[in-house]
Amino acid sequence: MNLNFFFEVLIGGLLSGVMYALVALGFVLIYKASGVFNFAQGAMVFFAALTCVSLVNHWGFPLWVAILTTIATMAVLGVLIERIVLRPLVNQPEISLFMATIGLSFFIEGMAQLMWGAEVQRLDLGIEDVPMESLLTNFNIIVSKFDVVAACICAILVTCLALFFSRTKIGRALRAVADDHQAALAVGIPLQHIWGIVWAVAGFVAMVAGLLWGSRNGVQFSLTFVALKALPVLILGGFTSVPGAIIGGLIIGSTEKLAEVYLGPFVGGGIEGWFPYVLALLFLLVRPEGLFGEKIIRRI
Amino acid sequence: MLYREAGQFKSSYEADGQIFPLRQDRLGIALLLVLAFVAIPQFASAYYFSAILIPFLIFSLAALGLNILTGYAGQLSLGSAAFMAVGAFSAYNFILRIPGIPLLLAFVLGGLSAALVGIAFGLPSLRIRGFYLAASTLATQFFVVWALTKIQWFTNYSSSGVITAQKMEMFGYEFSSPASKYLLVLAIVSVMALLAKNMVRSNVGRSWMAVRDMDVAAEVIGIRLMRTKLLAFAVSSFYCGVAGALYAFAYLGTVEPEAYSLDLSFRILFMVIIGGLGSILGSFLGAAFIVLLPVFLNVFAHALSLPTSVASNLELMVFGALIIFFLIVEPHGLARLWQIAKEKLRLWPFPH
Amino acid sequence: MKCIKSLLVAASLLAATSFVWADQYVPLLSYRVGPYGSNGASFFGGLIDYMNLTNLNGGINGVKLSWEECETEYNASRGVECYERLKSKNGGASLVEPLSTGIAYGILDRVGTDKIPMTTLGYGRSDAANGKVFPYVFPLLSTYWNQAGAMVVYLGEKSGGMDKLKGKKIVHLYHDSAYGKEPLPVLEAEAAKYGFELIKIPVAPPGNDQQSQWLQIRQANPDYVIMWTFGVMSAVGLKTAQRNGFPREKIIGVWWAGSEEDTEPAGDAAKGYAAMSFTTPGNYPVLDDIRKKIYGQGKGNLKELDRVGNVMYMRGVTSAVLMVEAMRVAQNKYGKGKPLTGEQVRWGFENLNVDVARQKALGVFDMFPPIKTSCDDHEGSGAVKVVQWDGKQWVALSKTWITGDKALVRKLLEESSAKYAAEKGITPGCLK
Repeated sequence: MNLNFFFEVLIGGLLSGVMYALVALGFVLIYKASGVFNFAQGAMVFFAALTCVSLVNHWGFPLWVAILTTIATMAVLGVLIERIVLRPLVNQPEISLFMATIGLSFFIEGMAQLMWGAEVQRLDLGIEDVPMESLLTNFNIIVSKFDVVAACICAILVTCLALFFSRTKIGRALRAVADDHQAALAVGIPLQHIWGIVWAVAGFVAMVAGLLWGSRNGVQFSLTFVALKALPVLILGGFTSVPGAIIGGLIIGSTEKLAEVYLGPFVGGGIEGWFPYVLALLFLLVRPEGLFGEKIIRRI
Repeated sequence: MLYREAGQFKSSYEADGQIFPLRQDRLGIALLLVLAFVAIPQFASAYYFSAILIPFLIFSLAALGLNILTGYAGQLSLGSAAFMAVGAFSAYNFILRIPGIPLLLAFVLGGLSAALVGIAFGLPSLRIRGFYLAASTLATQFFVVWALTKIQWFTNYSSSGVITAQKMEMFGYEFSSPASKYLLVLAIVSVMALLAKNMVRSNVGRSWMAVRDMDVAAEVIGIRLMRTKLLAFAVSSFYCGVAGALYAFAYLGTVEPEAYSLDLSFRILFMVIIGGLGSILGSFLGAAFIVLLPVFLNVFAHALSLPTSVASNLELMVFGALIIFFLIVEPHGLARLWQIAKEKLRLWPFPH
Repeated sequence: MKCIKSLLVAASLLAATSFVWADQYVPLLSYRVGPYGSNGASFFGGLIDYMNLTNLNGGINGVKLSWEECETEYNASRGVECYERLKSKNGGASLVEPLSTGIAYGILDRVGTDKIPMTTLGYGRSDAANGKVFPYVFPLLSTYWNQAGAMVVYLGEKSGGMDKLKGKKIVHLYHDSAYGKEPLPVLEAEAAKYGFELIKIPVAPPGNDQQSQWLQIRQANPDYVIMWTFGVMSAVGLKTAQRNGFPREKIIGVWWAGSEEDTEPAGDAAKGYAAMSFTTPGNYPVLDDIRKKIYGQGKGNLKELDRVGNVMYMRGVTSAVLMVEAMRVAQNKYGKGKPLTGEQVRWGFENLNVDVARQKALGVFDMFPPIKTSCDDHEGSGAVKVVQWDGKQWVALSKTWITGDKALVRKLLEESSAKYAAEKGITPGCLK
């Protein structure tokens, strides 16, 4: 067995996993704070990426201005979603909220293409997607520069989020709301404002994920499908844990790639589509709430 | 005023326990059946058969299946299209490899294969609940479609991996015209809907509802969880399997495994949610809504002479907005709206 | 008074019943949203623009074209619904072009009974080229099987001769679905014949991440890679090839992976990538006409003028050109100046002969290969060109139209269509 190749696949998988984790972060934030499984996260990723790239390509904004404008747009979108879609559905069962977010995802997808058109666009963040020469020449291992930069960005994002949650007043309020809605209300935390803020932050995370994925794949409708890859990550890591999302992402990314390369040829290949799900499923049989999820206690 | 049970006395337990205890309801259903079996074939055009009624019936059957699993038994599933695919491909293979097999038997066997697959992939439900179960049913969805694409035996080694459904024949009569296909599908769906209605009123249905409401409590009072949950998966997959077989044989004619994609699973879930979870009528209402809405939007947008790209995106947006609207206005679905209407009918035209 | 009234009523009734549809109606099962919306928008834009141009130039012997679009979202069930709804409107559909294999399969049986010809330019069932089994299906210009054959010929030329293919490694990287598996019979037969090793590597749709596949390719170190992908999978494939250091000059793509939607998002990664095409990129008198007469008057279908001349746009124009030619040929037989029925248009498609002289007259010389159809051969050509992305646009690498091993393809085609005929109980034969 070629060890270099194994490391290539492993490292490539870990870095892919980081990209999945980025998308999963948005889900975690919203689920943690408002108990809603936001299926529209994929559509938000797409919308954010499309807005940013269209501002650059069609309206000629410089990249940093486009990014700032997109952040503002996503914040506004998040607040609007909370107000229009979620507030009326506050006490409904989880499944209704889930369905509402699916409807929301259709709405956002249609709106994005209505506003900016359906063409595939190129997003250039200035990071090249080529192998790192040092690793290539010294160890004959291919690791993409882009992937490494993306992993660093993800690390910075997670650190910022961690600092936000632990050091700032709003962050502490978010954690309180995530813990217990009633208690947070009792202490005087304005629940609806907090939810609006959470959606805005999730929108920001969606934008980062959208920019990175869009730069990697081109900004087009298929970006919405990256959300499907984030689901096994969430299952593995637990729906309510940020470190869980990262670790889940790393595990899913690496096992998916290793399975495709080493197990795939025996069964005809193409197993990447279902392998992460089956893995997550098997994992759930052992630990039903995921690695870092809150233990579900059910009482009669 | 007209719709009330005053004056209708039952003199036997069977009469008391029938599905439609009110005479008005029985009349209504009889009228509906006469309309469906006799009147519509006389007046409807081939377009209505092929593009509206047949898919409506097929999707209602699939929605019935999913409603049994998600609405009655409380197990959220996103893999219904996979079970449809299993039903379609196994029915095709049974007819292919057992010459002279009766058509209905092939459909039943297709449904049974789907039920077996449903039991296999329903095993995780014994340990996992809620969204986690939904995500694991996605594993079913992706795995089944992959398996049908990969294992060439299922598609009879066709070079492009598609199957062409054989002709539907029963006792020498061939179902080739849209009207005859419609009648066949209608007959199958009515029988299965009746079966479903009775099933959910019975012991089995009550145990499902107990598991849905709180499975720990259900186990405490003596309901065998494994048997109940797996039975729900089996029955639901059976219905989806027959629906899938009809989808291939009576609707599309030629299918590839990709036709039973995640998109279809979501559509069926929409039908169930909008129609009403835990309601047989709701499956039909939801299917009608989802089948007819895109057509309406298309015709409407065309009437407004909008450029097609705008129209297509607007359709998507309106579809999403309507789903949200319905969930806000009536979270229990269209079936609940119908129930409220019936309640109001009891008093009408009197105010109280 | 009564007399006048009844006369008026009679006259209006007479007028109503004698109203004959004077237009040639074409329903368009188009898609402009969803993952392939961009491709569909360009294709149908080109088709509609050419139809508008034809109408502006007086129609076909005075018969104008009319059309109606219906959004299918590339979904088989919606495609069937659109087809059933639109097929009998306005006097009946003359033809249908769904631009989707799934939808084509869904309406395959119906077009025969409804007597409406279906064109499937460059996709769909390859064995539909056998008009004796599929009288109403026309995979014009080239099918997937002939394209695969042509790919092998191109790779042979690149290696310095077909005999040099022996011992080479060719990877078939494909969309893991019916579409991606379509060329396998031909590729495997050619591998057996010429002695190259065919390595099959599937990509699970939608193919957003192909790291493992390209690492496997790097490990196998093939001489060439055939990229049989669609949608985002193509751009991701090129970018992943770049990040794994695989030279794009060694990659040859299928024609649905060879348009601007695939190369533009990939940026630098696409430079040097070649693909097959049944249209030659470049400018043509007909495109200039469209720009001047249609977009000049603000009646263009696409929002951006610079998308006129894109690969998918040209395919739409090609489809429309062949359609109008078929109608013209049919009118020559069945009577000029009257709208045609589906059966008559079918005859037109079966007797197409667009040779070089005719192409020059239409202003589309060399835009597509000369095509001559017959009952036996609903494809009519089977010739393709290799085009390459130079970083800014597609340019033709092949100077002439190349074909693959048509005899091998024909043999496979006849076997496959015979199997279909047996399954469906069809007796092969030519329609009058």
